[in-house]
Amino acid sequence: MSKTVTVGISDLSIVRAPDILVTYALGSCVGICLYDKIVKVAGLAHIMLPSSQVSSEETLNRMKYADTAIVDLVKRMSIFGAQQGRITAKIAGGAQMFAANSAIYNIGQRNINAVVEILQGLAIPIIARDTGKNYGRTVYFHANTGEVQVKSAAEGIKTI
Amino acid sequence: MSIKNYDELNPIHIDVLKELGNIGSGNAATAISSMLGKEVEMTVPAVSVLDYTKAIDFLGGPENIVAGMLVRITGDIEGMIMFILQEPFANAILKTFFEHEDIDMMALGENESSAIREIGNIMAASYVNALSQIGGRMINISVPSLTVDMLGAIMSVPAIEFGAVSDQVLFIDGTFILDNQSIKSNMILIPEINSLTSLLSSLGVDI
Repeated sequence: MSKTVTVGISDLSIVRAPDILVTYALGSCVGICLYDKIVKVAGLAHIMLPSSQVSSEETLNRMKYADTAIVDLVKRMSIFGAQQGRITAKIAGGAQMFAANSAIYNIGQRNINAVVEILQGLAIPIIARDTGKNYGRTVYFHANTGEVQVKSAAEGIKTI
Repeated sequence: MSIKNYDELNPIHIDVLKELGNIGSGNAATAISSMLGKEVEMTVPAVSVLDYTKAIDFLGGPENIVAGMLVRITGDIEGMIMFILQEPFANAILKTFFEHEDIDMMALGENESSAIREIGNIMAASYVNALSQIGGRMINISVPSLTVDMLGAIMSVPAIEFGAVSDQVLFIDGTFILDNQSIKSNMILIPEINSLTSLLSSLGVDI
């Protein structure tokens, strides 16, 4: 029996096969699915903003920002037996939900750029992505296979 | 003491905001009545400070398909207003206009979209006028931008814009009564916190 673990907004979680991670309705946020296929450990982070440098929160929520969340996710996956050199990434989200009339509306793209850059810095290859455009996405991440199903109201379900 | 976060608002502050919401809702009901050519009433709205996740759960969960309208406010008060129109509300409005059967929210035509956007415009103007009337503030509103999609994805936009500061919003929960039918209307007001404190102090409220 597999169980399904929900990852909220500004949240991250790690499971082993055969469990499934799900995060609902990514808009301009980005879902980062990291996978070590040897030990079948899957980790998913749902980030809201590119960089913790911009935070003025009283207590920093490290899971909210791409820079801190990805580093923490990789670190925690190693406790589950994953090795950074084997981890691959699939990413989804970063949409532009409302028609552009100000720079801030491109936050989806800025999130994607930050995620790509941070993964590059950690030498984690991005092997699939479903990003950008203008619609919301729910992501199911299967620890058994490393498959990521992306569900949207506009496009139905596709597997990346 | 200055307020840095919405959860520092006390019951008196909330009452003031509730009264603003009340006046705004009255304005909105009148304006929507004349747009639709029939009587529309609105109940006293509930105003609360909520986390985004709570607001999303309250509105039917992250995957609920809704029409979201985003309006930017600039001037003496800066921030965003997000209207969430659930399917029954959109249907009731569109039926009055176009006299057709239930519509598919994901496949709105140009006319339907314009009608919904106009409702957003009226709602935003009604609330903003309430702020001007009471608070003597100069406020401009942008043309509403409309998206129909998963609620969670729509809410990510204001959540992100203010996410570096706070995860909370002012949530205004109102009910319109149209043709003896109660229809939920929800508005999420995200004033930039300095604007909010200056508004409250201009109304003579201790902060």
